[in-house]
Amino acid sequence: MKSALRFGLLGVVRLLAGAHADWQGCAPQRRQRIYYANHTSHFDTLVIVAALPAELRSETHPVAALDYWGASALRRFIAVECLNAVLIDRSGQSSADPLQAPAALLARGHSLILFPEGTRGTDGDVGRFRSGLYNLTQRFPQAELVPVYLDNPRRVMPKGSFLIVPLICTARFGAPLTPDLSEDREQFLLRARSALMALADPRRSPEPVVPAAT
Amino acid sequence: MIANPVFVTVTACVIGFLALCTVIGLVLARNVSTPAARDTVANLNARIRSWWGIVFVFGAALLFGRVVTLVLFAILSFLAFREFMSLTPTRAGDHRSLFLSFFVVVPVQYWLIGIDWYGLFSIFIPVYVFLLFPALSAMAGDTRDFLARNAKLQWGLMLTVFAISHAPALLLLEFSGYGLPSALLLLYLMIVVQISDVFQYVFGKLFGRTRLSPAISPSKTVEGLVGGGLSAVLIGAALSGITPFSPLQAAAMSGVIVIGGFFGGFVLSAIKRDLGVKDWGRMIEGHGGILDRMDSVSFASPLFFHLTRYYFAT
Repeated sequence: MKSALRFGLLGVVRLLAGAHADWQGCAPQRRQRIYYANHTSHFDTLVIVAALPAELRSETHPVAALDYWGASALRRFIAVECLNAVLIDRSGQSSADPLQAPAALLARGHSLILFPEGTRGTDGDVGRFRSGLYNLTQRFPQAELVPVYLDNPRRVMPKGSFLIVPLICTARFGAPLTPDLSEDREQFLLRARSALMALADPRRSPEPVVPAAT
Repeated sequence: MIANPVFVTVTACVIGFLALCTVIGLVLARNVSTPAARDTVANLNARIRSWWGIVFVFGAALLFGRVVTLVLFAILSFLAFREFMSLTPTRAGDHRSLFLSFFVVVPVQYWLIGIDWYGLFSIFIPVYVFLLFPALSAMAGDTRDFLARNAKLQWGLMLTVFAISHAPALLLLEFSGYGLPSALLLLYLMIVVQISDVFQYVFGKLFGRTRLSPAISPSKTVEGLVGGGLSAVLIGAALSGITPFSPLQAAAMSGVIVIGGFFGGFVLSAIKRDLGVKDWGRMIEGHGGILDRMDSVSFASPLFFHLTRYYFAT
């Protein structure tokens, strides 16, 4: 029943938004990874899960915001049951470490999908990365870090709109980041962000892509 | 339609021709040795397989009549517009216009054909939508790339919805002393356009030496254009029996379709180069996207429709 619903939901996503996977820098392998992507739309999570091959989905968990995906029973059902998501509290009000649940999944050898900007950007800009990505990499250095640039979800359903426009979305998977132990947190986050932005196609991105300040 | 002897003959010819191509493709696949030749033959066979699909879809649409044909073309326009806009950057301010394009403009344009309202069909997009969308964009208050964004949206709609809708609009036309359903004219247009495309590809592969414009399309050659164009004109003239044209007029009409179709492919290739992509999509095996097959239709249809309407329709 659950798997039929998941199949149906991802089928609808593919019908509406294509959700093509473009494996540019690595192959879809069954190994522990932290996929990190740009965040522009609630559609992002759906697109990236739909773009993954079915055999990787059961052990790959998108990290999603509790305040949106946990806001109603339906959303929670879609996120947790259909997409295998792990919900985190980004309000900062709870005293517990918000990354506790995702870290537990990594400890079990599973993979994650992370949106390190923490919030949806507007019109194609990749925002500043929060430190969660760095903390998880420090604790789980064996997990490969794979940048994923999502093209078009923001045009399917931009921030602040409920109308869905059926444009074709692409998830571009880049080469895994090489580990560099000499980096501090800021350097690492900047490098991860430029690796993600390098996957954007400047001819098709709406604004000139500004390189990250160093 | 199914009892119409002309339709049956033409359908039988198309299916026979495709069966012949399939056999040739299979024989070629067994006899090639170099990797490059194997790729070419594999691509050729993928195209032939897709052709079977295209022929079945069109055959079914023509058999089941006007409503099914219009729905089919509306879906083709929807998918082609989607491929066009997916590769063409817009901003959040265009969101409402995009939504209306997909869910209002496309259905209305084909519905107008369905209710025989030629007057509004021919000005709905070039007048009303043309004025409405920039107004919506301006109201969204985002001026960045305003002109470029609006131009892209209008271009996409004109090309993939307005222009392509002129192919099924042939169903609107009536002729004195023709006596056959005008759906055959639509079949005629599609056969000549696609034969021209296929033969340009085949002649180009076999005899292509002189590149027409390497900057735009490396596969288009003078030999391919001349050989493919002449074949399409010959076949178009031979098919004059299903049209209201005399054989000579049919040859001239086919000439117009070939030239229009050629420039459709040429112009859309230029846009693809500009956007940095090879194909518009990945829907049809071996062909790329819907728009890769419909590019020539978009240029040829309005020309064929208006010339036919002006000189032959009553």
